[in-house]
Amino acid sequence: MNAIGQWLMQFEYVQLLQQEWPLYLEGMWTTFWLVALSLFLGLFIAVPAGIMRNSSQAKWRLPAWAFIYFFRGTPLLIQLFLIYYGAGQFLGGADSWQVTQVDNPSAWQQIVLVLQSVWFSLCGYIWHWLQEAWFCALLAFTLNTGAYTAEIVRGSINTMPVGEIEAAKAFGMNQVKIMSRIILPSAFRRALPAYSNEVIFMLHGSALAGVVTIVDLTGAARIVNSRYYAPFEAFITAGLLYMLMTFVIVYVFKLWEKRWHKHLKPLQV
Amino acid sequence: MKKLIVAAAILASAMGVAQAKEWKNVRIGVEGAYPPFSKTEANGEVTGFDIDIANALCEEMKVKCTMVKQDWDGIIPALLARKYDAIIATMDITEERKKKVAFSDKYQHIPARFAAKKGTGIELTNAFMKGKKVGVQRATSMDTYVTDNFSDAEVKRYGTADEAYLDLKSGRIDYVMIDSAAISSGLLNKPGGDAFEFVGPKLNDPKWFGEGAGIAMRKKDTELAEKFNAAIKAIRANGKYKEIQDKYFDFDVYGDQ
Repeated sequence: MNAIGQWLMQFEYVQLLQQEWPLYLEGMWTTFWLVALSLFLGLFIAVPAGIMRNSSQAKWRLPAWAFIYFFRGTPLLIQLFLIYYGAGQFLGGADSWQVTQVDNPSAWQQIVLVLQSVWFSLCGYIWHWLQEAWFCALLAFTLNTGAYTAEIVRGSINTMPVGEIEAAKAFGMNQVKIMSRIILPSAFRRALPAYSNEVIFMLHGSALAGVVTIVDLTGAARIVNSRYYAPFEAFITAGLLYMLMTFVIVYVFKLWEKRWHKHLKPLQV
Repeated sequence: MKKLIVAAAILASAMGVAQAKEWKNVRIGVEGAYPPFSKTEANGEVTGFDIDIANALCEEMKVKCTMVKQDWDGIIPALLARKYDAIIATMDITEERKKKVAFSDKYQHIPARFAAKKGTGIELTNAFMKGKKVGVQRATSMDTYVTDNFSDAEVKRYGTADEAYLDLKSGRIDYVMIDSAAISSGLLNKPGGDAFEFVGPKLNDPKWFGEGAGIAMRKKDTELAEKFNAAIKAIRANGKYKEIQDKYFDFDVYGDQ
């Protein structure tokens, strides 16, 4: 065993892996929690937005439409830049903004000063979060996946068989009950294959996090590249690890589909 | 069989010719995002100290030069992939890089330095730097220096120096650690730069920053390296170097002899 180890060590790539595997693992962990958390939080945006998008009332439909249209209409990289650099430009240092000093303020000046201090503490609070690169990435990814998933939810609600809804109405269920008992459970099942696609896209889209100083899997590969000047070795390692993560995602969805699509399988005879 | 031997002989002689190639056309890799050494103008042209030096050297060597722009963290891999023949981009001559490329003699030596918001102060100890956010350009000798010396600091690595300045201004990072001349021109002398200052001493420990910045080439191009060395000596002697230096700096950028 030792002999094999020594024989392997003559390869530069093996040395690179031996030196840098903790960095890759750390990057993989960052990618994992960033994507998992975005997808989880994204669902809380997607389901309401998807339902609103189907509403017959414009006051519900239009905001959802605008939200989905913006986040599907612009590249994820632009959204990340808008949040990261936009926050830096307009809110940079907001936690130390000072309220204007006025001697003997008049009544209306006092009102303005109170409003100003409320506004400054709000900005300071937002900046407190947005100064962290990971939070900017999490926000951009959550909104982005929220919009795409909302469209998946909308599509699968739309393709609901009419007969099932009519039957529910005939049983005397109200709108909320029809939604929670009949439409959503069925829509989730049918949305599963499309959603697994979204999860994989999100995993790969998260490679952009490295652009704003986050050391995710791609960021780790860039650091390794900068240490060894070996771009192929650095990035193929990251590529294989992304493939590994994709494999796990595909496998998990396969298990879920097996469980929830049982009724669609031909009978075993 | 005879034919094969002849073919092999021709091939070998052809390769011999290629080795002793006359350099008529040299492609030079430059960064284009590191003022005042190299920056990209609105019309897409690259200008700056490195570019002027490159042109002066090429004139001295009587070769035609083409500038090729390349992002910093891919600049050595692209040289090895033959996208160009030499790098003139304020690259410190370090032991680590010498494993991959050959260097000419130095053509300038400017110390690196920390900069921060006025009144921040600094102590160059790991205890003081603990938890402090330091911005560096990825794959620079400053990146290695900060990573090696301050293991408890939070190192933020950027693609270009300009991105690091943006985050220093917004307060996302506490320090930047970059070439002092680049900080002067890219941050301190820009609008809004008066809120920032250099902190701590000038840093030029040869262990991390080498003996200055040189021209990088593929290892087998020893002849080209000699030509560059001779040309650097020549422009130092004939005053061309000083003329270019005075265009960008008010101090000696070559460093000690």
